[in-house]
Amino acid sequence: MSAVNMSHSGADAHAHDEHDHHELPWIRQYVFSEDHKYIAKQYLVSGIIWAIIGGLLSVLFRIQLGFPDADLSWLKPLLGEWIQNGKLDPEFYLALVTMHGTIMVFFVLTAGLSGTFSNFLIPLQIGARDMASGFLNMVSYWLFFLSSVVMMISLFIKTGPASGGWVVYPPLSALPQAVNGSGLGMTLWLVAMVFFVASTLLGGLNYVTTIINLRTKGMSFTRLPLTIWAFFITAIIGILSFPVLVSAVLLLIFDRGFGTSFFLSEIYIGGEALHNEGGSPVLFQHLFWFLGHPEVYIVIIPALGITSEIVATNSRKPIFGYKAMIFSIVAIAFLSFIVWAHHMFVSGMNPFLGSIFMFLTLIIAVPSAVKGFNYIATLWKGNIIFTPAMLFSIGLVSFFLSGGLTGIVLGNSAADIQLHDTYFVVAHFHIVMGSASFFGMLAGVYHWFPKMFGRMMDERLGYVHFWLTFLGVYLIFFPMHYIGIAGFPRRYYSWTGFDAFNTFTDLNQFISIAAIIVFIAQFIFIFNFFYSMFKGRVATLNPWKSNTLEWTTPLNPGHGNWPGAIPHVYRWPYDYSKPGAADDFIPQTVPFSATPESNFPHEKDEN
Amino acid sequence: MTSVIITVAIALILSILYLIFRIGVLTNVMKGRYQKVVGIGNTVNAFLFIVVFVVGTLAFYLSFMSARQYFLPEAASEHGVRTDLLFWVIMAVLTLAFLVTHAVLYFFPYMYRFKEGNKAFFYPDNHTIERIWTIIPAIIMAGFVVYGYKEWSAITAPAPQGSEVIEIMGKQFAWQVRYPGADGKLGKYHYRKIDATNEFGIDFNDSASFDDFIPMELHLPKGKNVQLKIRARDVIHSVFLPHFRVKMDAVPGMPTTFWFTPTISTAEMRVKLNKPEFNYELACTEVCGRGHYAMRFLVIVDEPAEYEKWKASQKSWASLNAEYVSTKAPQALKDLYLKDFLPTAAAPVEVVTDSLAVPAADTTLVDAHASIK
Repeated sequence: MSAVNMSHSGADAHAHDEHDHHELPWIRQYVFSEDHKYIAKQYLVSGIIWAIIGGLLSVLFRIQLGFPDADLSWLKPLLGEWIQNGKLDPEFYLALVTMHGTIMVFFVLTAGLSGTFSNFLIPLQIGARDMASGFLNMVSYWLFFLSSVVMMISLFIKTGPASGGWVVYPPLSALPQAVNGSGLGMTLWLVAMVFFVASTLLGGLNYVTTIINLRTKGMSFTRLPLTIWAFFITAIIGILSFPVLVSAVLLLIFDRGFGTSFFLSEIYIGGEALHNEGGSPVLFQHLFWFLGHPEVYIVIIPALGITSEIVATNSRKPIFGYKAMIFSIVAIAFLSFIVWAHHMFVSGMNPFLGSIFMFLTLIIAVPSAVKGFNYIATLWKGNIIFTPAMLFSIGLVSFFLSGGLTGIVLGNSAADIQLHDTYFVVAHFHIVMGSASFFGMLAGVYHWFPKMFGRMMDERLGYVHFWLTFLGVYLIFFPMHYIGIAGFPRRYYSWTGFDAFNTFTDLNQFISIAAIIVFIAQFIFIFNFFYSMFKGRVATLNPWKSNTLEWTTPLNPGHGNWPGAIPHVYRWPYDYSKPGAADDFIPQTVPFSATPESNFPHEKDEN
Repeated sequence: MTSVIITVAIALILSILYLIFRIGVLTNVMKGRYQKVVGIGNTVNAFLFIVVFVVGTLAFYLSFMSARQYFLPEAASEHGVRTDLLFWVIMAVLTLAFLVTHAVLYFFPYMYRFKEGNKAFFYPDNHTIERIWTIIPAIIMAGFVVYGYKEWSAITAPAPQGSEVIEIMGKQFAWQVRYPGADGKLGKYHYRKIDATNEFGIDFNDSASFDDFIPMELHLPKGKNVQLKIRARDVIHSVFLPHFRVKMDAVPGMPTTFWFTPTISTAEMRVKLNKPEFNYELACTEVCGRGHYAMRFLVIVDEPAEYEKWKASQKSWASLNAEYVSTKAPQALKDLYLKDFLPTAAAPVEVVTDSLAVPAADTTLVDAHASIK
């Protein structure tokens, strides 16, 4: 390990030349690759496949919600026995909702987003040959792959996949008598999650180690691009919170299989009283949300990091308040660990805790607001180029603001009594964490595609993709707030049984149609992605005129990233449109001595 | 056949789209558009943000006005009126923040779109501005916390003395309610005593159990404090009374509670909404399985006098199931409470008493009873 480190961090070219000499066998190059760039692409393609599946599931249940009376026999070829007499099975509806959540949160927005961009950008942007441990990195991907396979299998079994909601609260998730999905489907879910967490931990440890140890000469922490800061903090959050999920999962496995009573107590079900006494279902909720809440920041922070980079580059301006951006990420990360119980205001926990968690929750609004304002200030007096990546980044800022704002009312325990588990919550987190993170991911793909594949994606298709998706997301989730304020509960197969919820049929139809359009619009992206991979225009070395290190590599960087020595870094990454400079960007590799015309008095090379 | 035609049609449309795309790419190459830093697309995109803001704000306004009639159904509890106010006060501030930030966010891209020869303003930070926009949200949040805390602690304070206590139990997939009867005390329960007849698992060793009654709908007295004692017997459910702004999880093994004061009777609400068919409802808001969406329970708010009359008219569950209860209760309590309800006083009771001594026989009897039911 230490030998690897030395050859990676050492800037001398000979160490690297050795790398190129031994040809790797095909399987090590394209399947069990240890190259961070290739692993990133593996994550990205896996993430895209999962996103299509997750999206498709949501279309299925939106069809049910928008058109409750429709004859769904035409879905029989796809869903088989889950369609009975032209109707979707209510339990399968719950399974759809559950799997949509699980897939999107973990497989797409955690693995697909962090896995892709942390892997791809960390070595390239800090100036390292590869990750600290290429082997662990490979293992991390293949554990994720294994987890994916297990989760995928659960979609096809006879009793159906897990169906107790993505939060899998016991006793529902512990008792196969309670719902079919809690049988084999839930077992597979739990097994998949254990592999998933193992994968995330290996990935996270690697990211943190790499960032701390393998930065090139001159790349101090205050010169790191905000993307790297975001990945760094995200990895730390993951390392600290994911193990808690494993503990919850493990105890749940014990309760399910070995007769323990961690989460089960005083249950009479299926005509018999179970032996379990003294357990607490609320304990599971605490454990789950101790991961679950940091998880939403694991999902959004990398997206914010990507956005910071893209907004600065395409505004041709330094990011406003670089240090404030770092502090706010750190503050959000810290606070993310002490707000989890705001998901549980009406769970029956002590109401005094509700007061504490309301207070802590609303504090998070402050660093979040700072981030929002700083993005806007970065746009101010810029010279903005609307690449598709830039459009998606602005979209992200919009979602982050509007979704973040509704979080403030939900964080207020007294107001949350009515809103809890209604569509208001659904709308809130789909905008702030779902759509915003998705937009970060898409922005990242558009922005770094030239570096990943050496070719450009088509801009105009990107524009069409952006506007359809951006408007579509608002058309789906904005009206959903209305439905939530009217009190419609989540995870309902149908609302028509209640007088109180027997309205808004048109609006639900409207939302469903918008969702279907947005889903179809994603295929524009998928076409663009795969088409451009092979037939896109060949990219220039630095197509966005960006300052960061990855654009100093060759068009298609080989193993080791830089053919010669690793470049040194002399300045922060945001010297855009510096007064006095001839060009509107000065890459990090340009020493101050080369730019006397634009240096500020305090800016001197260190040696 | 139709599916073949549809497939062919889709393939055709897709290939036409592909051709258009290819032609577009080629003309762009011919015209040398890729040489420029930005094309016309830059201005179009910038302009679209303005369009989205203007049209979006208008759509927001119009959709809000049309959807408003269904928002937060008329609050029918004391704290409900207050939390509604809290909700709208916060929402007003948030909407303002939403509109202001979005106005700026959507206008800046247009105002500062790329122009040949322009140079962006190098402006890395400004501590004064940053301090201001850290402190302002902090102050607003502090206000929200104080306001919210006041309401939350009032709502979650222990139920006042003399509250009307009602037990509510969730099971897959129905709600059931139990009233304490004349003595004002709910009888004890234990989950092992639950069977097909005794759905609550009421313990008939407790004398307080004998006058408890289990009606088919939830009646509430207007203007009186009501304390719900909430529990579940299989999985987690959640009591949701939308009109009363009441929500509390029903957790197996961990009883919860929520108290509130209904302020509008069902009859009054019918007049108020001009809906003679109107009824209050109870729903489940914690996913609990197949029938989660169908756990509807009828709720009726009576004037206090009517409520007392209704309560007095209810027969105790023990009296309606005297035969069953007599197998469960000790002799002393049976003599005290069940005498009048058992068909023939002496003979059957004695038989049953004998069987009580043998636990095995006891279960058989219950099973037999269940199967008849």
